[in-house]
Amino acid sequence: MPDDHRPLVEALKDVPHEAGVAKPDPILVADDVMRHFGGLVAVDVDHVEIQRGTITALIGPNGAGKTTFFNLLTGFDRPNEGQWTFEGRQLAGVRPHKVAKYGMVRTFQLTKALSRLTVMENMRLGAQHQRGEKLFASIFPFLWRGQENEISERALRLLESFNLAQKQDDLAGSLSGGQRKLLEMARALMVRPDMIMLDEPMAGVNPALTQSLLDHIREVRAGGTTVLFVEHDMDMVRDISDWVIVMSQGKVIAEGPPHDVMSNEAVIDAYLGTHHDKPLTDSGEALTAHPEEV
Amino acid sequence: MDWSNVFSQALTQGIGIQAVIFCLAAIGLNVQFGYTGLLNFGQSGFLAVAAYGLGVSIAYAGWSLWVGLLVGIAAAVLLALLLGIPTLRLRADYLAIVTIAAAEILRLTFRSVTFDPIFGGSDGINRFADDFYRYNPYSGPVKIGPADFSQNDMWIVTIGWILVVILSIIVFLLMRSPWGRVIKAIREDEDAVRSLGKSVYSYKLQALIIGGVMGCFGGFIAAIALQSIQPDYYSTDLTFFAYAVLILGGAARVLGPIVGSVVFWFLLVLIDGALANAVSSGAIDFIRNDQVGQIRYWILGISLMLLMIYRPQGILGDKKELSLDAR
Repeated sequence: MPDDHRPLVEALKDVPHEAGVAKPDPILVADDVMRHFGGLVAVDVDHVEIQRGTITALIGPNGAGKTTFFNLLTGFDRPNEGQWTFEGRQLAGVRPHKVAKYGMVRTFQLTKALSRLTVMENMRLGAQHQRGEKLFASIFPFLWRGQENEISERALRLLESFNLAQKQDDLAGSLSGGQRKLLEMARALMVRPDMIMLDEPMAGVNPALTQSLLDHIREVRAGGTTVLFVEHDMDMVRDISDWVIVMSQGKVIAEGPPHDVMSNEAVIDAYLGTHHDKPLTDSGEALTAHPEEV
Repeated sequence: MDWSNVFSQALTQGIGIQAVIFCLAAIGLNVQFGYTGLLNFGQSGFLAVAAYGLGVSIAYAGWSLWVGLLVGIAAAVLLALLLGIPTLRLRADYLAIVTIAAAEILRLTFRSVTFDPIFGGSDGINRFADDFYRYNPYSGPVKIGPADFSQNDMWIVTIGWILVVILSIIVFLLMRSPWGRVIKAIREDEDAVRSLGKSVYSYKLQALIIGGVMGCFGGFIAAIALQSIQPDYYSTDLTFFAYAVLILGGAARVLGPIVGSVVFWFLLVLIDGALANAVSSGAIDFIRNDQVGQIRYWILGISLMLLMIYRPQGILGDKKELSLDAR
């Protein structure tokens, strides 16, 4: 079981390193997804596929449209046009809670740990098909007590693997920023997603926690869950991603394994500007010619 | 002057009919506002449709008390659906706007001349609840300590507090359950709840209905206790007093509405009686007797403000919970 993802990752070896390329076993396929805010085109993705069972990173400079693309895919925002399928199911126009029910679960850039609930209650909230969440059953504890105990056990095991077990009875609001990130990820796993989408899992996390967070993400993949994450930390991207998708100005501009993508001309241009490797002669001359303008 | 009389008056009102009515209204608000975070500013509308549903069924349609109660509950459910379906997908403030307007529309409809034959216009519906008092087990006035109740008052107050206990137990069970967990999570962050596969809209609608139905029992008690349904009793004041009761006692606490309504009515009547006494005995000479009714609300208002400043969580609330950043 833990090594189920290996062949799926291996299969990426033969995939050409180009934007919008087809994958051997895609879990998510998006076509012509477009979102503009007034005149600003935030997302304009022609075609992109996410390989099942892999860790895929979505990178790009600020304002590239990564988070907006996340919001569109998970139903939190609606595109002006476009469609996408997840596990073969059309998801365009589907409400966010349905998207989560179908197995695509996201976390948020600004962590949404529920501060006034305990860590354990946060975890339990993630479980699906709870009998006690039905209005009439809820006032008869004997109808849901058994299921609740099973949920709590599973939650405790997850909390243990995220080093949060000793915090289970604390209010989530008392956790540190990094611990909240971990809690949010663990809570998303309580849904038993087929694909988990992490929006900047590293932001605000103590560097000492980085390595264990990476291990957690690898464990998630080993458990058979596909991971898609947005991240700015290039060390993390290089470290754990099987595949990298680069966005710039709303479009997918490059794809490939981490090392290949990071030496890609178009990617470097997108991050640093088109003329970053040219000598600064023009501007240098301008400075000497008109020093009073500086 | 008679201080013991002032005190026993205050105590009687503290556990009396008004306290029961506002307690029931606040229990409903507690589910909606306290636990779910829904701003229902039209609780008076829920009490009104329940009272009129009961009154019209008995006085106009000639049905029995029990059918009247069912009609009242059905009317409250219908009102919740009517208000909730269009607004609960929108931002929280829209519900507030729509509910406060709907409550006023209802009141003006009930008192309108057009519907006078059914709702009785501004006179309302009177003397329709004799059936209820036929079941009265009390054979005379009852004294509980210094509190004093007439035979009929004692009967309705007894039923009222039994209802309060039953509904409070239901709220307790609901909020301890996974259903309550979803509800409390919605109060904090709707998007987080959506991302975990729960339909926020459906839960908010359920909370609005439950809170409306619980509050509507306050309408029944008000109608039956006074043997009269006056349209202007169900004005926005009723909603705001119910909020005051809830916040005073402590929102999102099962016992909050009970403590809140008892303290609220005890203090209101105590201040009223004490002032009236002091004025008539000449101890206070800068206010007149007819001003006492207004000034008691000043004093109560100032006390509520002080409470909010020094104890924002209410009497029973949890300061620790309030101080957490609940973004």
